[in-house]
Amino acid sequence: MAEAVETTVHPVTARLAGWNADVLAGAEIFRGELTITVARAELLRVADFLRHDSQLQFDFLSSLTATDHFPLEPRFAVVYELLSLPRHETMRLRAWAEGANPMVPSVTSVWPTANWHEREVFDLFGIRFEGHPDLTRLLLPDDWEGHPLRKDYPTGGYR
Amino acid sequence: MATTIETATGAAQAMFLNMGPQHPSTHGVLRVALELDGETVVSARSDIGYLHTAIEKSCEAKTYMQAITLTDRMDYLCPLSNNLGYCLAVEKLLGLEVPKRAQYVRVLLTELTRIASHLVWLGTHAIDLGAMSVFLYCFREREEILKIFEQVAGQRMMTSYFRTGGLSLEPPADWLERVAAFVESFPGHLEEYENLLTENRIWKMRTIGVGVISPEDAVAWGVSGPCLRAAGVGYDVRKYFPYSSYEEFEFDVPTRTESDCYARYLVRLEEMRQSLRIVKQAMAKMPAEGPIRAEAPGIIPPQREKMKTEMEALIYHFKIFTEGFSPPPGQVFQRIESPRGEFGCYVVSDGSPKPFRVKFRAPSFVNLQALPLLCVGRLVADVVACIGTLDIVLGEIDR
Repeated sequence: MAEAVETTVHPVTARLAGWNADVLAGAEIFRGELTITVARAELLRVADFLRHDSQLQFDFLSSLTATDHFPLEPRFAVVYELLSLPRHETMRLRAWAEGANPMVPSVTSVWPTANWHEREVFDLFGIRFEGHPDLTRLLLPDDWEGHPLRKDYPTGGYR
Repeated sequence: MATTIETATGAAQAMFLNMGPQHPSTHGVLRVALELDGETVVSARSDIGYLHTAIEKSCEAKTYMQAITLTDRMDYLCPLSNNLGYCLAVEKLLGLEVPKRAQYVRVLLTELTRIASHLVWLGTHAIDLGAMSVFLYCFREREEILKIFEQVAGQRMMTSYFRTGGLSLEPPADWLERVAAFVESFPGHLEEYENLLTENRIWKMRTIGVGVISPEDAVAWGVSGPCLRAAGVGYDVRKYFPYSSYEEFEFDVPTRTESDCYARYLVRLEEMRQSLRIVKQAMAKMPAEGPIRAEAPGIIPPQREKMKTEMEALIYHFKIFTEGFSPPPGQVFQRIESPRGEFGCYVVSDGSPKPFRVKFRAPSFVNLQALPLLCVGRLVADVVACIGTLDIVLGEIDR
């Protein structure tokens, strides 16, 4: 091959690139864990592919959360911990969202378990999930002001 | 946590019933908003958040070592499992290798924790369904385990015994004798519980065929632990992704296919037997002497004698306890098999002595989400059995 090939391309990355190289915004391996970053607009399609592709079969969504990188932009990263029960493999999927009106597509249609996870992230980070069936606060009271896990929210609360 | 009461379907003839937040069968502060048609459950909506204490936010304000104490307080029935999940995550972040002796002590104690947690589950689940005496027996045996924890860690419940890199203290000299005595007596006690319940007609009527969830639904809804294994899916983190030397131990992963409350009961009973097998092996493997902490100056506190005799060790000691240690920037997710299922710990480091973000994947949180699948279309009394066999701990759900 003419172009330079990375020596350690993870099979999952290769499979995803073979399907649609445009969705791949980055892939890194840290401490043996694969993190694939995808464009937010493609998230749902990628999730559907990872879940249903016969060579990947990431059928178990372990965890879904976010990190706040305030004051950097894009500010939020939404992080999905995936597990393939038939193949005994794990990976991490990540998509970025801007600080102003953060919004990512909901993956509840792919993994129903994302329902409460997304509600929790909405509750504590204020990230909206487009297409979520019932996006309301989960842990805090409905009339709570602010989103406590944001970095600009003081540890002691607004008081 | 919802401040307004609403029903899911809004059907005109349906009756609305609040189960909780102060209902004994909800094991903590959980409100289930039930919509009933006669005695049949039409919809069930769990309302959580009453115990939310922002543990994940608090972790960001503490050093990596200080945050260990918070993990005890999430799932207060298996503090050592939570300690282990968090410590393994931080160790992975640091790239630390823990000495074998410490790994075996960790395995032994987390398996005892699993037995203790399953005992509380069995006792409270039985009391929910009207069998009082089992509760008393279970707590009698659990007390023996808590005494072992007290002897080893100085604390019965909030042990914080596992630290990054190993253990906090050298275990006392005669602790394995106490463990051996427990291992000797426990199989007989397990038989006692089985005699009281397994063939008990009332017990079987209340649990067989109740709360069935299909394996496909269980996987799609992220259900893990004994609830998933009772549905026929043999996912156990200890076998799939061995940690802390679990690959060296021989044990079976019990599974059933009925996926009802009775199957979950049988799976947990068998798990206690398997845990006992692991404890025995860990006792046999345990070296009598050896380091209990990794050697990593500046990250792991030095030994007491060194700290008092060597200048360098004293400086490290001072630095570790005043500003903490700084793992390299990066993110890790560590799964372990807690008594309730897949416990995950996601830690992000930005290179500072405090975690940038800590997220706990609480198995109870995910399992509780599947409650409507278990109890819709069944009687109100079955909701109690379903919540019971999901084995939820609200401290972990709300964090």
